[in-house]
Amino acid sequence: MRPVAVIVMLKELRESLRDRRTLLTSLVLGPVFAPLFFILILKLTLARSVTAQDEATPVTVANAAFAPNLVQQLRENGLTVTLRDGTEQQIRAWISDTDGLVVLRIPGNFGERFAAGQPAPVVIYADGSDSRAERRSARVYQAIAGYSRLIGSLRLQARGVSPTIMHAVVVDTVDVSTPSARATLLLGMLSYVILLVTLLGGLYLAIDATAGERERGSLEALLTVPAAREQLIYGKVAAAAVMMILALALVTTSITVALRYVPLETFGMTANFGPGVAARVFLVTLPFALIGAGLLTVVASFTRSYKEAQSWLGVVMLVPTVPIAIASVLSVQPTAKLMLVPSLSQHLVIQGLMRGEPLAAAWVLLSIASSLLLGGLLGWLAGRLYRREAILG
Amino acid sequence: MIRVEGLGRSFGAIRAIDGVGFEARDGRITGLLGPNGAGKSTTLRVLYTVLRPDAGSASVDGIDVIRDPLAARRTIGVLPHSAGIYPQLTARENIAYFGALHGLSGEPLARRVDELISELDITDCATRRAKGFSQGQRIKVALARALVHRPQNLLLDEPSNGLDVMATRALRALILALKAAGHCVLFSSHVMQEVAKLCDDIVIIDHGRVVAAGTPEQLLAQFRAPTLEDAFVAAIGDARGLE
Repeated sequence: MRPVAVIVMLKELRESLRDRRTLLTSLVLGPVFAPLFFILILKLTLARSVTAQDEATPVTVANAAFAPNLVQQLRENGLTVTLRDGTEQQIRAWISDTDGLVVLRIPGNFGERFAAGQPAPVVIYADGSDSRAERRSARVYQAIAGYSRLIGSLRLQARGVSPTIMHAVVVDTVDVSTPSARATLLLGMLSYVILLVTLLGGLYLAIDATAGERERGSLEALLTVPAAREQLIYGKVAAAAVMMILALALVTTSITVALRYVPLETFGMTANFGPGVAARVFLVTLPFALIGAGLLTVVASFTRSYKEAQSWLGVVMLVPTVPIAIASVLSVQPTAKLMLVPSLSQHLVIQGLMRGEPLAAAWVLLSIASSLLLGGLLGWLAGRLYRREAILG
Repeated sequence: MIRVEGLGRSFGAIRAIDGVGFEARDGRITGLLGPNGAGKSTTLRVLYTVLRPDAGSASVDGIDVIRDPLAARRTIGVLPHSAGIYPQLTARENIAYFGALHGLSGEPLARRVDELISELDITDCATRRAKGFSQGQRIKVALARALVHRPQNLLLDEPSNGLDVMATRALRALILALKAAGHCVLFSSHVMQEVAKLCDDIVIIDHGRVVAAGTPEQLLAQFRAPTLEDAFVAAIGDARGLE
């Protein structure tokens, strides 16, 4: 004869796996869409940073005849120059008609002042609320500033002064981040996605097995079988944990596959998420599934209906984000104490694995042990709750 | 055999049952009759061990339901007031789940489930998921589930609720068959006709107390009433009557 908890667990799993909607939200939506969404963000960011560097910058120059050398300099800087004469009013009209248009107007007194060695004015017109025009106008500005420095240096040299006198301070920036560490922010999101999808995997089963069972009116009959009530609830917690573990396995696999198609190196990141790392991520997150199953079951046990359970658990799902968010803001370093905080400890261990700087084995064990302990405690609490008569609602 | 003595239970300030006492014997059908809110469900819930009483005692086949609820549960089959079944499981799986929880497994479990499916005439929906079952089919599955461990005593809380004429007749036939097989059947109802048709003994409850008990003939004689309905109205002492 099978233990009661096992009978209950198998039945809950069978029911969940049969319900197409539950299956979709628990095991398909999260594992499939989470990495897709993540990759989409990466690709978009990547596409933008690439175009920003290589895109030819078009600029329309009005009254180019007043400054032929400047226009030549712009062309040499790789800008695509279009000549089109017009007044200030006309220029404003062009910009409002054409997205991303940047216009450089050369005033009539440019040549005269330039020849006299006076600061010669030019005006850049661009729509500051248009991010493309903004980017282009910055490039035009840079090109003109370069031209201005060049002419300035030549003038100093002509007067027998070294142009270096213009540079009182020289700034040099050294980027010391390693390629993997630079990816921390983006990959930090990834560990959060893994934890969230894991929780989502058991959400519907936890609701269905507690609030759902009561709402459907099958709980009372279940409580008349000759078994201790806590055995029944242990079976339900175990079933939720199994669903979470399934979701976890699926999401780590889908991320492993998906990351192969993202050129992380272009970002200066190393994609440290091969099968070996994925397997380790899976193993260190396993105890978190037990915590999640216990937590969701305990909370759902307090609620009176399916709907109430859903709205409560929506809030509870955010609980594991809190330590991660705080840790990200304060950019905390892993310590032995933090390994006792569930969700945060998994986050830090996963981060370490993905950065190629795994944490000490003792710390990983601490994370696993403390999470298992808390998960067991929550399961026991769920058992206590089911001993109460009030569970009948 | 069910014996109840001085049973009491409060929910907050409300005294749901207050000194309920009666006996339901084997091979007989006992009806718990009373208006809504009289304490019928509370009495049954104490008997099937999901509620603890705060006074009195109750026993099933000599087993104290308060001191040894697990042993008591083995001798009773329960159809609770809201007899929900699992929508994603077939009728067969719903019944087999409870059989497994009662310790049956393998060949004996499969045989017992087959037996119940043919006895209750639910062959047509045995392998269908319970999602789209009619109320009658659902009650039958819930009854099969209650009978899966061959309990000597049956506790049915308003079993005919929501059933159409044909389903009610089938249920009545089943209850009579259980009686003929020597089971002790205790069911609650607020439908006079049903109780009159079926019961060997009637226990009338109102405001958490037993106001009258006996065979139909005894009740008619006691209240000098021409019909059971008149006896019932006289017993509960006002003209609240029946819904």
